[in-house]
Amino acid sequence: MFGNLDFDVIRRALPYLFYEGMTFTLTLTFLAALGGLIFGTALALMRLSGLKILGRIAGIYVDFMRSLPLVLVIFWFYFLVPYIGQWVTGASRPISVGAFASSLITFIMFEAAYFSEIMRAGIQSISRGQPAAASALGLTYAQTMRYVVLPQAFRNMLPVLITQTIVLFQDTSLVYVLSITDFLGAASKVAQRDGRLVEMYLFAAVVYFTISCIASYGVRRLQARIAIIR
Amino acid sequence: MNYNWNWGIFFQPNPMGTGTYLDMLLSGLALTLKTAALAWVIALITGSLVGVMRTLPSKGANWFGFAYVEFFRNMPLLVQLFLWFFVLPELLPKGAGTWLKQLPNAPFWTAAIGVGFFMSARVAVQLQAGISSLPRGQKMAATALGLTTAQGYRYVLLPMAFRIILPPLTSEFLNTIKNTAVAITIGLLELTGQARSMQEFSFQVFEAFTAATILYLLVNAVVVTAMRFLERWVAIPGYITGK
Amino acid sequence: MIEISHVNKWYSPTFQVLTDCTTNVTKGEVVVVCGPSGSGKSTLIKCVNALEPFQSGDILVDGTKVNDPKTNLPKLRSRVGMVFQHFELFPHLKIIDNLCLAQEKVLGRGHDKAQAKGMQLLERVGLKEQAQKFPAQLSGGQQQRVAIARALAMDPIVMLFDEPTSALDPEMVSEVLDVMVDLAREGMTMMVVTHEMGFARKVANRVIFMDRGEIVEDAAKDDFFGKPRSDRAQKFLSKILSH
Ligand SMILES: Nc1ncnc2c1ncn2[C@@H]1O[C@H](COP(=O)(O)OP(=O)(O)OP(=O)(O)O)[C@@H](O)[C@H]1O
Ligand SMILES: [Mg+2]
Repeated sequence: MFGNLDFDVIRRALPYLFYEGMTFTLTLTFLAALGGLIFGTALALMRLSGLKILGRIAGIYVDFMRSLPLVLVIFWFYFLVPYIGQWVTGASRPISVGAFASSLITFIMFEAAYFSEIMRAGIQSISRGQPAAASALGLTYAQTMRYVVLPQAFRNMLPVLITQTIVLFQDTSLVYVLSITDFLGAASKVAQRDGRLVEMYLFAAVVYFTISCIASYGVRRLQARIAIIR
Repeated sequence: MNYNWNWGIFFQPNPMGTGTYLDMLLSGLALTLKTAALAWVIALITGSLVGVMRTLPSKGANWFGFAYVEFFRNMPLLVQLFLWFFVLPELLPKGAGTWLKQLPNAPFWTAAIGVGFFMSARVAVQLQAGISSLPRGQKMAATALGLTTAQGYRYVLLPMAFRIILPPLTSEFLNTIKNTAVAITIGLLELTGQARSMQEFSFQVFEAFTAATILYLLVNAVVVTAMRFLERWVAIPGYITGK
Repeated sequence: MIEISHVNKWYSPTFQVLTDCTTNVTKGEVVVVCGPSGSGKSTLIKCVNALEPFQSGDILVDGTKVNDPKTNLPKLRSRVGMVFQHFELFPHLKIIDNLCLAQEKVLGRGHDKAQAKGMQLLERVGLKEQAQKFPAQLSGGQQQRVAIARALAMDPIVMLFDEPTSALDPEMVSEVLDVMVDLAREGMTMMVVTHEMGFARKVANRVIFMDRGEIVEDAAKDDFFGKPRSDRAQKFLSKILSH
């Protein structure tokens, strides 16, 4: 069954797979999580602001993004971003932004919808007494959010946020549809070049699996610790 | 924005000779729904079995359920589809592998099975949570009446657990529909795939993706409405679900 | 009818809940079990129909050894009625279906026969009009009477009660106790964990007092209320009866 498999092809491809592929994947994951968290928190604050219009806009954005397949959103931004760039810079033709920037924008915009729901739950889980106490001390709304509410919401939701980032890490593999050299893209290119699909895809599966498993084990440990502290 | 809009494109014939571009998108929608339906059946059945196993008092069953969920949750769906599509036929005995590779509609079956198992892990987690949220006394009462473990699940625990997890199951079903789009990578011409080919043939990028987007939104709305009805249909008089 | 001899049970190697418990309940006898919270009353009564396993000792119900792996537990349990503190009706089933489920699935009774039996018992506990309602639409006292009827529908040879009135609002306690008193007077064999000393005085033959997993006192009713031998029982009684 494994007789005619050549696992040496993996060893030879390792530098390419990790220096190029995994670096892209991890950078994209990290920056998209960061950007998604910031934009998502802004969306959550809009929804909870009490200003009807702001709340509605944020709500529609979140529901809209969550209704669409990520693959379709990737295509959308891939074609749309050059036109937006043209519009913003006033250039005479659509400007090319490159694979990385395009995917980064896509994932920030897409993940923000999911992060915003998590942050919203986190903010709502904080007792109403907290903002009241902060206002009583004379803090402004912005200060209350910045120093009292958001830090607690973030800490309470940390396990869920990390879990969502693990999902994001796996989802970045979908940039495959743009023929980008992320980790899976790199594996796939070697696979096609050397005709070694079985070895390369098995190896890619093992790598994704290992990283995700370690990360979700970390989340479980974190949850247990938080449970004790409470 | 110097883009040439052409909304009439939908009514022009597509180069495949299968009618208009609109027909192309609608056939993609049909395939999306067909794939998602089969995947959901697989996800519900296997996910329920695994979810139940995770709540049984047996260590072995627990461990299997845990390993199953971790296995399908910790790999990207895309990689799982590649494993089913490219790797599995090579690892099977020769005859079976060849048979698999020559299967007509291989992308369809692969997508349904791949997405189905991927989603089954999530169904299992939801069902486990639903069962664990029932009062411990329910299982005891069933046992005390002489019901076997299987009967206890069939007549007492599962009917309640499924009612409780109906809202999260709705979103998992929607996820199933959305996830079929990943199968574009193994050549399944579902809705996103058809929008992509329309864009490649006609160069009307934004019309194609706008149409696909609207169709996805419609499907979402229909599913959500249908599930609301289902929720009302199975609601228990006087019983307030804990949320 | 119930013979409990030298039963020991540990929840963990360092935590023993039951220590050398020995007693028996003869046919037609009503035995009340009382004692402070956490003393192991629920655990002991759950051992009788094997809802809880125990590590050493023996329990025989009508001559059948409960802790024998060869015993058909569902069959044994179907002959031992049990009533729980929190009723544990099945919320998704109508009242009448709560009564029919185990009759049909465990005893194999036909639907019509089960219904007839169910209605007869509902009438007996004064709830015939509620047959088509769901549990959540009934008051706590009504639910507990349904739970008693559900147990009786199995034609049990003995009934176990685990604090059947302690989750009830005070004004509903008596409607449940009345049903239990009637049952006792008809000659049902009963083992009742309760703090309702009025009930004990009225119908009990014997009172068992437990503390820290041990049966400290096991005496005829009049002896128990007249002059309990142990300090602990005296203290407990004075606390309970002081208000
Ligand atoms: N599943 C379990 N695992 C570990 N310990 C348990 C378990 N169930 C009960 N216990 C412990 O065993 C002891 C006896 O419990 P039990 O429920 O039998 O007490 P009880 O006399 O019925 O008390 P109460 O009047 O509060 O119902 C308690 O200390 C309880 O905390
Ligand atoms: Mg108890």
